Amino acid sequence: MSGQTLYDKLWNAHVVHVEDDGTTLLYIDRHLVHEVTSPQAFEGLRMAGRQPWRIAANLAVADHNVPTTNRSEGIADPVSHLQVETLDKNCDYFGITEFKMNDVRQGIVHVIGPEQGATLPGMTVVCGDSHTSTHGAFAALAHGIGTSEVEHVLATQCLLQKKSKAMLITVEGELGAGVTAKDIVLAIIGKIGTAGGNGYAIEFGGSAIRALSMEGRMTVCNMAIEAGARAGMVAVDDKTIDYVKGRPFAPQGADWEKAVAYWKTLVSDADAQFDCVVELDAAQIKPQVTWGTSPEMVTTVDGRVPDPAAESDAVKRSGMERALHYMGLQANTPITEIAIDKVFIGSCTNSRIEDLRAAAAVAKGKRVASNVKLAMVVPGSGLVKLQAEREGLDKVFLDAGFEWREPGCSMCLAMNADKLEPGERCASTSNRNFEGRQGPGGRTHLVSPAMAAAAAIAGHFVDVRTVAQSPLKAA
Amino acid sequence: MEKFIQLHGLVAPLDRANVDTDAIIPKQFLKSIKRTGFGPNAFDEWRYLDHGEPGMDNSLRPLNPDFVLNQPRYQGAQVLLARENFGCGSSREHAPWALEDYGFRAIIAPSFADIFFNNCFKNGLLPIVLDAAIVDQLFKEAEKTEGYRLTVDLEAQTVTTPSGQSFGFQVDEFRKFCLLNGLDDIGLTLRHVDKIKAYEARRKVEAPWMFAQ
Repeated sequence: MSGQTLYDKLWNAHVVHVEDDGTTLLYIDRHLVHEVTSPQAFEGLRMAGRQPWRIAANLAVADHNVPTTNRSEGIADPVSHLQVETLDKNCDYFGITEFKMNDVRQGIVHVIGPEQGATLPGMTVVCGDSHTSTHGAFAALAHGIGTSEVEHVLATQCLLQKKSKAMLITVEGELGAGVTAKDIVLAIIGKIGTAGGNGYAIEFGGSAIRALSMEGRMTVCNMAIEAGARAGMVAVDDKTIDYVKGRPFAPQGADWEKAVAYWKTLVSDADAQFDCVVELDAAQIKPQVTWGTSPEMVTTVDGRVPDPAAESDAVKRSGMERALHYMGLQANTPITEIAIDKVFIGSCTNSRIEDLRAAAAVAKGKRVASNVKLAMVVPGSGLVKLQAEREGLDKVFLDAGFEWREPGCSMCLAMNADKLEPGERCASTSNRNFEGRQGPGGRTHLVSPAMAAAAAIAGHFVDVRTVAQSPLKAA
Repeated sequence: MEKFIQLHGLVAPLDRANVDTDAIIPKQFLKSIKRTGFGPNAFDEWRYLDHGEPGMDNSLRPLNPDFVLNQPRYQGAQVLLARENFGCGSSREHAPWALEDYGFRAIIAPSFADIFFNNCFKNGLLPIVLDAAIVDQLFKEAEKTEGYRLTVDLEAQTVTTPSGQSFGFQVDEFRKFCLLNGLDDIGLTLRHVDKIKAYEARRKVEAPWMFAQ
């Protein structure tokens, strides 16, 4: 018999019951809750007279609707206000721990889970948000769920699941200077497509993944969903354990030793079999820029907008034509000739301290180009913001003409006041370039934080590998 | 949840791949704390010429005549015909809520995004995967023939065209059972309370740190 994959191990450790057709009742260790996908679930719980199964498994935060400007006035939009207030009331009513809007620990749900140590290796982690795949960076089985499932997890601490197939994506070798985790994952999506991971749980491995920091691994796992896979994951190593150590929700004392011993087993066995293996060469990956309305519509910064006429598949061709029309782009335009109107550095993909450092190193001592109407930096959490301020990154950004905001999802999905106007073009470190994602008619190009900062300074996309960077003062 | 047994429904073809859940129900409507009323805003940005916001009277808004679902021949459609990777992106269950509220009961596509696929079953909406070549044939027939209807039989797991051609589809036994009977997952899961408690008791010994307060 062949060995087990990491996914097998995580799955097997959480099986409560299996139906005849393989549908499995899977135990959930950590349930993260935010304001958008939970109100109907709490309402359902109340209507059925049910209580949350295990209160301590839940951790809540408002992130999608919160303003990123001065919060002393509360939330101006009455509909957003009601949604956040509803989360507060539901958490108070059921006794669920919540980081409220003015708590320094508030932030994007996928940033604060790991930051607090609420995400631990070996856990099953779910949240009513597709980017829950982020937490897989800790060798957790983590994925997004719908609101009915949020209610199901609240009521039963379990989820009904069919096991996915297992895919291994290896990235071997060394990344070039200026090439980041974001470029790796965009290159992967460019290779396998947005449906490439449908039906799979993806494990990311190889020397280039192991060389990434935990922040970088989170960026890669975050966008597993953009490749169609609900769950992405990376095996445990010393970096994982070092990151978790000492965090508020992390185990301590004897429990810590016991946990670490278990966590070290959370790697795929050498003889484990995967249903599909994809290989990438790190040295070949260049800075990536999306040109269309799906994350798979991506090319390298030294490339050109593709020509639909060269596409033989009719459905794909019409999709490309639609995308170019929406994006206001001509086929064959060099990527570096595309001028931008706004820059967004933030989101659960790229708003952690390392992301902000990478952007600041590019922006330091320079000015945002005059054609860029707004360049904003939105830290992933209040604690990331504090850390960045301790390192003087806020000064670097402000001096360069960026805005320095309060934490939240912000212009990744534009549920709050931060959005693109119709026709505006944005260099964004977020995860989705769908039509209207950052505001109706808005045009999104997905890039890494360093590429976004470089675009802000140049006013158009530019190869960050050719841009001089300034060392930041160590904290 | 409403039962799904059999459906003989008008078909509307949405000829685009990778239709994402942001397109199915744009973010501004996710601010609602209700589960109902999303139908008038399904495909809002494609369907109307103006920008939609919660609280607007949608019956007064200008419709986009180029959007396929606005064509008179597709009014009252219950079967949505779609392309590859339908429902990708955000996990928002507001997407199946909007489609169901609009009037759809079944969606046929060559592939679906996993989370959306799962969410459909929780809402009496049946996602059906058929081979791309069959979906292509159905697109051609639906576009050619006004009033084109398909019969979906969940018990038999078949989709049947007006000419009597029948295509089988796969569905998990458990999901089929739930849909046929309109059963609520939570009630079903709570039959296993003893097993959940036994699992927790075992895990508290093996991995006590998972249960910290």
